[in-house]
Amino acid sequence: MNIFEKSTPHRRALMQAPRASLKTALPAALLRQTPAQLPEVSELQAVRHYTQLSQRNFSIDTHFYPLGSCTMKYNPRGVHKIAMLPDFLRRHPLAPLHESQGILQCLYELQEILKTVTGMSGVSLAPMAGAQGEFAGVAMIRAYHQARGDFARDEFLVPDAAHGTNPASAVMCGYKVREIPTKADGDLDLNALDAALSSKTAGIMLTNPSTLGVFEKQIALIAKKVHEAGGLLYYDGANLNAILGKVRPGDMGFDVMHLNLHKTFATPHGGGGPGSGPVACNDRLKPYLPVPIVDEKDGDYYLLDKSHLPHSMGRLSAFLGNTAILLRAYIYSRILGREGMIRAAEFATLNANYLMHRLQKAGFELAYPKRRASHEFIITLKTWPKQYGVSAMDVAKRLLDYGCHAPTTYFPLLVPECLLIEPTETESKEALDQFVEAMIAIQKEAKTSPDIILNAPHTQPVRRLDDVKAARQLDLVWRKAKPAEIHTEKV
Amino acid sequence: MSEIPADLKYTDSHEWVRDEGNGVCTVGITFHAQHLLGDLVFVELPDVKKALTAGEEAGVVESVKAASDVYSPVTGTITAINETLASTPELINEDPYIDGWLFKVKLEDEDELESLLNAEEYAEKITEED
Repeated sequence: MNIFEKSTPHRRALMQAPRASLKTALPAALLRQTPAQLPEVSELQAVRHYTQLSQRNFSIDTHFYPLGSCTMKYNPRGVHKIAMLPDFLRRHPLAPLHESQGILQCLYELQEILKTVTGMSGVSLAPMAGAQGEFAGVAMIRAYHQARGDFARDEFLVPDAAHGTNPASAVMCGYKVREIPTKADGDLDLNALDAALSSKTAGIMLTNPSTLGVFEKQIALIAKKVHEAGGLLYYDGANLNAILGKVRPGDMGFDVMHLNLHKTFATPHGGGGPGSGPVACNDRLKPYLPVPIVDEKDGDYYLLDKSHLPHSMGRLSAFLGNTAILLRAYIYSRILGREGMIRAAEFATLNANYLMHRLQKAGFELAYPKRRASHEFIITLKTWPKQYGVSAMDVAKRLLDYGCHAPTTYFPLLVPECLLIEPTETESKEALDQFVEAMIAIQKEAKTSPDIILNAPHTQPVRRLDDVKAARQLDLVWRKAKPAEIHTEKV
Repeated sequence: MSEIPADLKYTDSHEWVRDEGNGVCTVGITFHAQHLLGDLVFVELPDVKKALTAGEEAGVVESVKAASDVYSPVTGTITAINETLASTPELINEDPYIDGWLFKVKLEDEDELESLLNAEEYAEKITEED
């Protein structure tokens, strides 16, 4: 039942109601003539409604959440606490710069930290999400080629294992996408790369560690080949958590990249935002970075805009980007420090490898058994549909009953019936063991009583959802039922 | 219904082709393809009169699991598309070879059909993939 359906005409929470005498500067012609259709409930009804909804969340705050490729690490409360200090919250985005030195210093230092972490020389915090950071990076590569008068480069290379956003970003920037296949061991097919590289190659987009959960060992050679062909390398920061403080994209030969602060830097995640996807690059692409960028001179912080950076691709967001999120990433990285970040990467990798070995021992088939896991790994249940009549999706649903959020299913598309498992560094050994026990229990059920799995989940507020119907008959807008319909329902 | 009808031609990318005579053929995706994709929820088809070369992207089929490109098996011009799929994409799951057809192509070269896989070759191919 949504809150509109709990409405009773004229019920109000008087203490919360706006004062009737509210003055507004809006011209009378723009004011609405009929009252808005708002839910009419008491304060207690509203509190209960939203509290009960929040209790239905299956989230990182309540459960183990090994959603591969998403890095669902815990967002430390201490970070929120500092980011919500009154002086941060009260700052108006239009406040003059000389009264905003504190926030500008935080953003400047975040830029410096991200440069150090990535091995890049320029950073812009402007992009509002990972996909926008990708768009910015590819647009910068385009601007670079065009500035050199090289208009023939109209192809972007993307491995078949890539996130869907990679080819989408390349197409958004006007490129044709050429797909490069992956070898059976998970590394890029260099013969196919050689065949694809030409004077038409604008660049290549890579994630390393890749979406297959393995570190691309040939990266130095790939960078050499692409650069020799005149192309540039884009690094998708999706899996940066695995290599933080260990190896830097700039040192691997990448020219530009984005970071997903909501993954690697533990800012809130999911539900569509608020995201933040800073873009970092080397000297070659620095002139094209989006603005604003925070700079410092003699202890004064100020903003670089188009007048300082005439070749900049321009603005991607209002004001300073998603400042509240950037602030959280800054505080997180200051709390962790250099040593802490390295430890985060080490524990993320250790947790993934521990989980991988325990599951392998328990009889689960690894997609890349010869490779060490990075921060995530893939198991394949490809024999299960025929053997037990149970699919990876059924297992995902059954895991909910065991108190674990499902890993990512059916991604990457290269591996049939796969589960992509990423425990992150914030889980204890006990939590990992509990997940292994759940998987072993489900394995037994598959052999003895598959119906339990096929009808799962059994313990959640809703059972199996009809995702096919939801996709075919998408219905997102609640409309007030006509009086006649209400009447019939009551009878 | 046979899962791989003997009278059709096939591609590596899981399209089927039926020779309708007069240089026109009908194209769809195979039983195997719709089975891999699962319940289809959206279909994007090419415009009628569009010219396509063999292997070129002709449309998209999307299920709750994945979105997949459909390639034109042959070179020619689109003469008709299955408009009922816009509201009932499930026809592809229910009846991939008859009601679930995607588009018709007027062939540029009628002999091109000979170069496609026959039912036996296609059956071998999907067994290999398994």
